Formats: sequence, structure tokens, C-alpha cells
Amino acid sequence: MARNGSSPNEVIYRHTFLVRLTHWVNALTIFVLIGTGLNIFNAHPQLYWGQAGNSADRPVVAIHAMNTAHGIRGVTTIGSVHFDTTGWLGWSRMHGQWIGRAWPSWITIPSFVDLADARHWHFFFAWVLAANGLVYLLWSLSIRHVQRDLWPTLGDLKSIPRSVLDHVKLKHPTGEAAKRYNVLQRLAYLGLILLVIGMVSTGLTLSPGFNAFAPWLLDLFGGRQSARTLHFAFAFSIIAFIVVHLVEVVLAGPINEVWSMISGRYRVPREHG
Amino acid sequence: MALITRRGMLIGGAAGSGLLLAGCDKILQGDHLNGSASFQRVLAAAQGWTLSSQRFLLGGGALAREFKPSDISRHFKANGTSHPGGEDYARHLEEGFANWRLRVDGMVARPLSLSVDEIRRLPARTQITRHDCVEGWSAIGQWTGAPLGPILKAAGVAPGAKYAIFYCADNLEGEPAKGGQQSPGQYYESLALVDCFHPQTLIAYDMNGAPLGVPYGAPLRLRVERQLGYKHAKYVQRIRITDTLAGVSGGKGGYWEDRGYEWYAGI
Repeated sequence: MARNGSSPNEVIYRHTFLVRLTHWVNALTIFVLIGTGLNIFNAHPQLYWGQAGNSADRPVVAIHAMNTAHGIRGVTTIGSVHFDTTGWLGWSRMHGQWIGRAWPSWITIPSFVDLADARHWHFFFAWVLAANGLVYLLWSLSIRHVQRDLWPTLGDLKSIPRSVLDHVKLKHPTGEAAKRYNVLQRLAYLGLILLVIGMVSTGLTLSPGFNAFAPWLLDLFGGRQSARTLHFAFAFSIIAFIVVHLVEVVLAGPINEVWSMISGRYRVPREHG
Repeated sequence: MALITRRGMLIGGAAGSGLLLAGCDKILQGDHLNGSASFQRVLAAAQGWTLSSQRFLLGGGALAREFKPSDISRHFKANGTSHPGGEDYARHLEEGFANWRLRVDGMVARPLSLSVDEIRRLPARTQITRHDCVEGWSAIGQWTGAPLGPILKAAGVAPGAKYAIFYCADNLEGEPAKGGQQSPGQYYESLALVDCFHPQTLIAYDMNGAPLGVPYGAPLRLRVERQLGYKHAKYVQRIRITDTLAGVSGGKGGYWEDRGYEWYAGI
């Protein structure tokens, strides 16, 4: 947006076609995987550590509706600490009626109890996620996108404290600095790649068939129930990434950012005069 | 202006994801809607990919992990039917299953009818394995039984046969799904022959060193270690060898399969 007398912003070609394509496939896929994953979780809303674990064992995380002196409450337990999560987790409203369910209906896919269909969707989109991730990773490595744009340089690493401060102050890079990813972006995007690899491998560890093929995954993650717990922990790390990612997009200028991920062209913010 | 844009983005984003979520419900509930049935078929393709990839990876007949006695779960959750009702089962229980028969028929050269004692006299296998429920939990137990492969070999599986269908003595009420109630029905299951001949596939009669308890499928149950719990049919009375799953109940090859779950439950 050129103002009177000033030159228009420089526009650079920021995102290659494959990065843009895999980004949006990823966005849709992760959206469905989270919603269906939470529906699947509701079928047995407890997490354990170890090879096995069922209702008779001590969970590390549990979400339940409980009868208390104050009526039915939603209670979320992490370790030995209980949280009252009535209205959100354990005991929430669906179409105005109070029902006992771990994750509320507005966040699960489908909104109602349906383990069979949630699994079909989850596994279909898991295949899409894995294929999309593989295409992205192989392509990005071959054109050196990962090495050039994501892998932090020594200088990047040294700038972590300053970058953290800039982010806290909501100060966004301008001019030349805005043409490359800053160090926190690099670490976040590399972290997301690792998290998706973690999601796919813990997910595969939940498959009794795949266990027979790759029993070493059970050793790597400490058992099937540990893998289920990690699957959940990684998923929430991805949700945390998405929240920060969206907040940064909005703060950095949503139209320019979103349009650059659609068209590839990014309007470089001008240096402050 | 920037503020309006940002607020607009947030509202738009929230509304967009809400619409997407509602759309997912529509696709699942409205089989009559244009496109939703074919969308479901596309999703079902993933089951084929899973089956083919696992058949490829497990081609060598890889074994499920076997655990140490110290790994056995203190409590093994009993799921599905915990006690088959009916006079017949009650009589069998009273008789100590002395007159329980396991029939093997269908596409076989020599139909069999075996008593529990006869099965106990066959070469046995004991394995400590993990049982994984489709709901997400697991329990470890020790199972002793007769490998199914040699039994089917004795019966002589006819060429062209593809499946074994397991008929059970329990009628299961079912659980709510798709926002409604499941219909009750006779429990049954089916396996591809390749899984029947896997060395860990057993007609089990002992659990943790004692005869199977009623909640665990007394007197005979199936163990098929590389698949989920609902495949492990309990109270088995008959194995029919066939080349099609059509014609039995819903035709999908099992009680839960008829209610939407995967026939191949290796995942």
C-alpha cells in the first residue's frame, strides 16, 4: 500500500508451489486428525505409561464425569492432581443438554460418539499426512529448502535471546531481515517436522499389526500405552504450534501472510524510517 | 483498519472451522445426501491401503511380541459379553463344558466336531501377549490353546476357500454409536485364511494358567494376536470355511464390522 510520495513495497517470491500446496493439505489434514483423534480418545478417556493399561490400572491422564457433593462435575486428572473442568472436559453441554464426555462435542469430529467413523477418517487422513509430509520433506531437502531456509546458522542461534525479546515485544522484522525466516521461526518449523514424524511413528506403534513388523518401536516409546500417551502429547504440541502460528500470522499482517501462502508472493515490510 | 482485519480474520477463522466441523457431521449422518456416500467410499479406501501395506510388511508371518510372566496384567478388563445368557450356555457351564463341541465345516474335505477335551489333547502353544481394544486400552495375558492351522489342515481346506467364519454363543447388546443405539445381534467374526494359519492364532482354552473364565470366553475363544480385541471371538462353537462373507448377518464379516468397524483390525 503505497502512501503519498513513497515507493511501493518490494514484493518477493517467498513460497514455492510445493511448499504452498503441502502447507494447505497439511492444514486441512491436521484439522481433521485432531477432531477425529479427540473423538477416538473419548472411547477410553485415560492415558497410561507402559506396555499395557486399562481401567484397572493407574492412568497418567484421565478425563471423567464424577458424582460429587456439588452434583456431577467434569474432572480432569493429571498425575495425582485433579482439576474441575465442568463445561469443558468430562461433563459438557451438547445441544443444550449436559452429557458426560471427555472432549466436548464442539471440538470432536464427528460431534457425536462414533468411534468407527472417527477411526476411518483418522486413518485416511493419517495416510494423507504421511504422504504429504514425505513429499514435502524429500522435495525440500532436494532443493535445499530445509538446509537453506530452516536450518539455523550459528549467527541465528546467537540471536535467540534478541529474537525472543523481539517476539515478546511483538516487533516484527522489516526490510532485508524480513526476507528470511528468523531463528524462532526456523526452530518452530523444524520442530513441527519432528512432531509430525513423532505423530506418525507413535501412531504406527498403536497398530498391533505394525508392532509385529517393527517391535523396536515399542522399545523406542516404552510400550503401546506410552506411545498412545506420547501420541496425545505430540498432538497437543502441534496444537500449541498452530495457536502461536496463527497469532503470529495475525500480528504480522494477516492478508499479506495468507496471500503469500496462496500466491507465493510476499510484500516485504519496509524498514522503519 | 488493521484491527478490523485482524478481528475479522479471527471471527472468519472460527466460523470457518465451525462450518468445517458441521460439514463433517453432515457427511456422516446424511448417506442420502449427494456425494456423502462416495466421500465415505473414498475414506474406506484407506482400509485397503492399510491391509495391503500390512500384508506386504508382515508377509514373512512375523510374530506379535511375547512378554514375560511378570508383565501379565493384574486385572484383565473383560469387554463385550461378560456372560452369554440363555439356557443352553447355562447347561454347558453346569456340565463343565463336557458336551461343548467345536464344529469345523463348510469348504472342508473332512468336517470335524471336537470336544474341549479333544482340543486340549492336541499339540498346544502358550504365549504371553498384549490384547488391544479398539477403544484404546491394552492388557497382557497368558494364553494356552491349540494352534488353529493344524486343526484346519486336519479338516482339509478346499481350494478356493478364503475365510474362516467363527460363530459364537453370545448375543451382544452393543453400544451406542452414530449418536444412536447399536442393535443387538449374535456375535461372530471372520479371518482371512492367512491369519488362521499364523502360528500364534489359537483356539485358546486356558488364560493365565487356568481354564478360561466366563467373561473371557469359556470354554473356547480365538486368539489372533496381530489384530484388535474384537477379532478375538469368545464362546466359539463353529468354524465355517467359506469363500464369501456375504449372507451371514450384515455380510461384513463380524458383529462389529456390521456396525461400521474395520474387517481388517491390524490397526
